[in-house]
Amino acid sequence: MEGIDNVAIVVEPIEAPAEIVVEAASDKIVVHITDNIPFGHKFAIRDIPEGGLILKYGEPIGVARIDIKAGQHVHVHNLESKRGRGDQ
Amino acid sequence: MKFMGYRRTDGTVGIRNHVIIIPSVVCANRVARGISQLVTGATWVEHQHGCTQLGADAALTRRVLVAHGTHPNVYGVVVVGLGCETLRAQNMAAEIKETCPDKPVHLVIIQDEGGSVKAIAAGASAAREMVGGASCMERIPSDVSELILGTECGGSDACSGISANPALGVACDLLIDAGGSVILAETTELIGAEHLIAARAVSEQVAARCYDVIRRCEDSAKAMGVDMRGGQPTPGNIEGGLSSIEEKSLGCIYKAGTKPLQDVIDYAMPVTKKGLIWMDTPGQDIEQLTGMVAGGCHIVVFTTGRGTCCGSPIAPAIKVATNTAIFEKMKDNMDMNAGTIITGHESIGEVGKRIFTEVVQVASGKLVRAESLGFNDFAIKRIGPSM
Repeated sequence: MEGIDNVAIVVEPIEAPAEIVVEAASDKIVVHITDNIPFGHKFAIRDIPEGGLILKYGEPIGVARIDIKAGQHVHVHNLESKRGRGDQ
Repeated sequence: MKFMGYRRTDGTVGIRNHVIIIPSVVCANRVARGISQLVTGATWVEHQHGCTQLGADAALTRRVLVAHGTHPNVYGVVVVGLGCETLRAQNMAAEIKETCPDKPVHLVIIQDEGGSVKAIAAGASAAREMVGGASCMERIPSDVSELILGTECGGSDACSGISANPALGVACDLLIDAGGSVILAETTELIGAEHLIAARAVSEQVAARCYDVIRRCEDSAKAMGVDMRGGQPTPGNIEGGLSSIEEKSLGCIYKAGTKPLQDVIDYAMPVTKKGLIWMDTPGQDIEQLTGMVAGGCHIVVFTTGRGTCCGSPIAPAIKVATNTAIFEKMKDNMDMNAGTIITGHESIGEVGKRIFTEVVQVASGKLVRAESLGFNDFAIKRIGPSM
């Protein structure tokens, strides 16, 4: 993952509560997981304010629909896509 | 590096030697299927088009059908028409013959033959002759630089962007280094990643075209007045952890490797350049597959996280699982496992080399699962309504 990323994906399911060490570039971040995270899904590794960019692969994949705390599941319930939005 | 292929008299090389039955119109589907059922070694396609289509939409259907006849993986063609359709079977057969004068091409018109039973008999007789001829051809050493590889990811999950797609990117780089061509497609699934691929374009014109095709694709989604997330990512993508089209696209783009983008071409247009080419296709798997094959792609590498079985009637599609669970669960349909990257048993580079080796072996005749299991999926993109 890229150093500016604020989400990480899990390669095995994680049951909350759990403590995980995420290595992003040279940083080691300790994250307290507060939601169950299914295989392949994402959690926030830092707090992301409402309207803040959600970054994966070092690129924006959407914005936070609400305040997201580190350790929370990040998915369609709290991530808003910015592309192909004919409804807006 | 060499593979064993079928040399055509027009100088192209095929990796398969199919006899294919092509209906010019939806009304001839049953007869095309009936012919292929009588002749072991013949394959066929079915489609919903060929009549009451206009302008560019009619031209696109014709281009895709003719291109499946002229394809280097095809030894011989039986074209089947009803007789009264817009897309005339006789014109299609003539166009295939004009492009490939030495290729056996036979025309069957159901209304002229006197009905479906007689048309099936006439077509089967011709197809039998072709299958006999095809069986006498020998493979000869051919250079991998002649190969056109189509890349595809379908039923993506969050592993696609970190295992199978980057590994396929390594394989694509290896083929391009060896002088071959690679097709990147599924424009919808590049929305949000267009700046990354445009930055690799060989010219400002090609870069501008990247943004242009993305804009048109996104505008057509917006014109529906809904959130694209109703259809892209798909429900299965979302269950697999993908939250937005941007996230899906950023994982998709890895399968295109790292080489410069030489050109952006329209759906089903022939690939004439070496290196990486972007074909503007929908994200729908079968329309994309059909468009790439019509563009001349010999072989497809298809990564999947949710699991898919599909295959072209004339071009092998190697399925690469993005995670070990789906590889085990859908073993009948998965050719390779890139889930070893997730579990730490292999590197992206190692799996990439394995994919490249598999491409060469399949090009030389090794059957992929979609071929052994008889998949002949075929779907043509529509750009206009039926009248």
